[in-house]
Amino acid sequence: MGKAKQIDRRWLFLLIFFGVAFPLIFTLGLPLETTKNVQMVYDLIDNMPKGSKALISFDYDPASMPELHPMAKAIVKHCFDKDINLIFTAMWPMGVQMADDIIYQLKDDYPDLEYGEDYVNLGFKAGGMITIQSMGKNFREVFPKDMNGNNIDELPIMEGINNFSNIGFVFSLSAGAPGIKEWVQIAHDAYGRPTSGGVTGVSAPAILPYVNEQQQLTGLLAGLKGAAEYEILLKAPGTAISGMDAQSAAHLIIIIFIIIGNVNYWRNKKAEKMGGK
Amino acid sequence: MEQFFATLGIWLGALFTFAIFSFLYKDNPFYKTAEQIFVGLSAGYWSVYTIFFILIPNLYEPLTQNFNANWIKLIPAILGIMMLLRLIPKIEWVSRFPLSIVIGTTSGVFFLRYLKSDVLNQLTATMINPFLGESWVIVIGKIMLIIGTICGVVYFYFSKKHIGALGVSAKIGIYFLMVSFGAAFGYTAMARISLLIGRLQFLLGDWLGIIQP
Repeated sequence: MGKAKQIDRRWLFLLIFFGVAFPLIFTLGLPLETTKNVQMVYDLIDNMPKGSKALISFDYDPASMPELHPMAKAIVKHCFDKDINLIFTAMWPMGVQMADDIIYQLKDDYPDLEYGEDYVNLGFKAGGMITIQSMGKNFREVFPKDMNGNNIDELPIMEGINNFSNIGFVFSLSAGAPGIKEWVQIAHDAYGRPTSGGVTGVSAPAILPYVNEQQQLTGLLAGLKGAAEYEILLKAPGTAISGMDAQSAAHLIIIIFIIIGNVNYWRNKKAEKMGGK
Repeated sequence: MEQFFATLGIWLGALFTFAIFSFLYKDNPFYKTAEQIFVGLSAGYWSVYTIFFILIPNLYEPLTQNFNANWIKLIPAILGIMMLLRLIPKIEWVSRFPLSIVIGTTSGVFFLRYLKSDVLNQLTATMINPFLGESWVIVIGKIMLIIGTICGVVYFYFSKKHIGALGVSAKIGIYFLMVSFGAAFGYTAMARISLLIGRLQFLLGDWLGIIQP
């Protein structure tokens, strides 16, 4: 038995490229099921009383947009459908623009939305955990003004909002630190507010243990699949669902090449053994 | 004019995407150019951002608008300047003071939070009755959670040789760790493919208009 040849990895790149591109052009419509963690997030928002106030923290930047932007859009859409007033903030500087972009994308669906009444963007504040901790004591100390320079006491949405006890739930869209972990540690573990979130696939394994009996996190959206599942529950197909066919195709290619790699490894080992004899 | 710049932005985005992707074939001048522009732009962006969105609203404006109420902000300002002194070799040592304050404060705050969230609450979450579940799948899941936690911790207990019952538990712990590494790899692969999907959605949708953006 001859030694198996190595495949030039550029062929694999090309295959992945076309494997992802084709399902995006020619939709396959592969089945997708929703999971318990995503259902928990959906139920949390769906069961909020009309007129509640929620805090959504945009803790990511354009590098994580493909994964987190679709879930941000779905979550914000669900909140607006349920008449939940939204307070946007960001622990990442460019999160401010991410929140703005979501509102820009949804403005045609919700033409009656009023800034300062239905939603507000408080902007970015440096400090991570310390900032969140201060928000738990007094919102106004951390954000005396919104991102446009308006005094938050003059905004109707901020009426009666002094700390986390006046917030229905906290939701962090997180691509790393500071992000969802800090929100769990402060908003839930220190102040007892229901906390949920969406994270990139890379950080999901580290965050999933917080979805536990203690309900440190009330559900979690993990990566593009989490976003796609939420779009299904919301019955509002978006870029996440359309990307899942491509995701499955790419995974299939990876699995096939892992098998080929292992077979090659096994053949090489056998060839070496036979050569040794 | 607005339309022109929007189109220009999309074309630049597409060209830079291809320039970066070209590295997958081999290193080349297009990739190098795109890389250098990205580094330069990032440095410029963050400098401007830090001045206009952090320093001015958090330090300059409070001090100039109401000094009496905000004079305490002078302390972090001085500490910040002291930190920058590490750029001057002769008085580099001054930067150790603000650094020590940062380290001390951070460890003090983080210790309490991590102890509560990552140790106490996580431990409490495993102290459950595994047989209280809606279905047998949940019951098995809970049993696995308890076994996995105990055996995983046992694996990291190094004060006794891993033989006998301890050795078996440690071995089971390794298997649980392996499964978690596999899950982490799977999620990482999914995340990387998601980034490619995002880029292709941009190229095929916003740029070429073949698919709905």
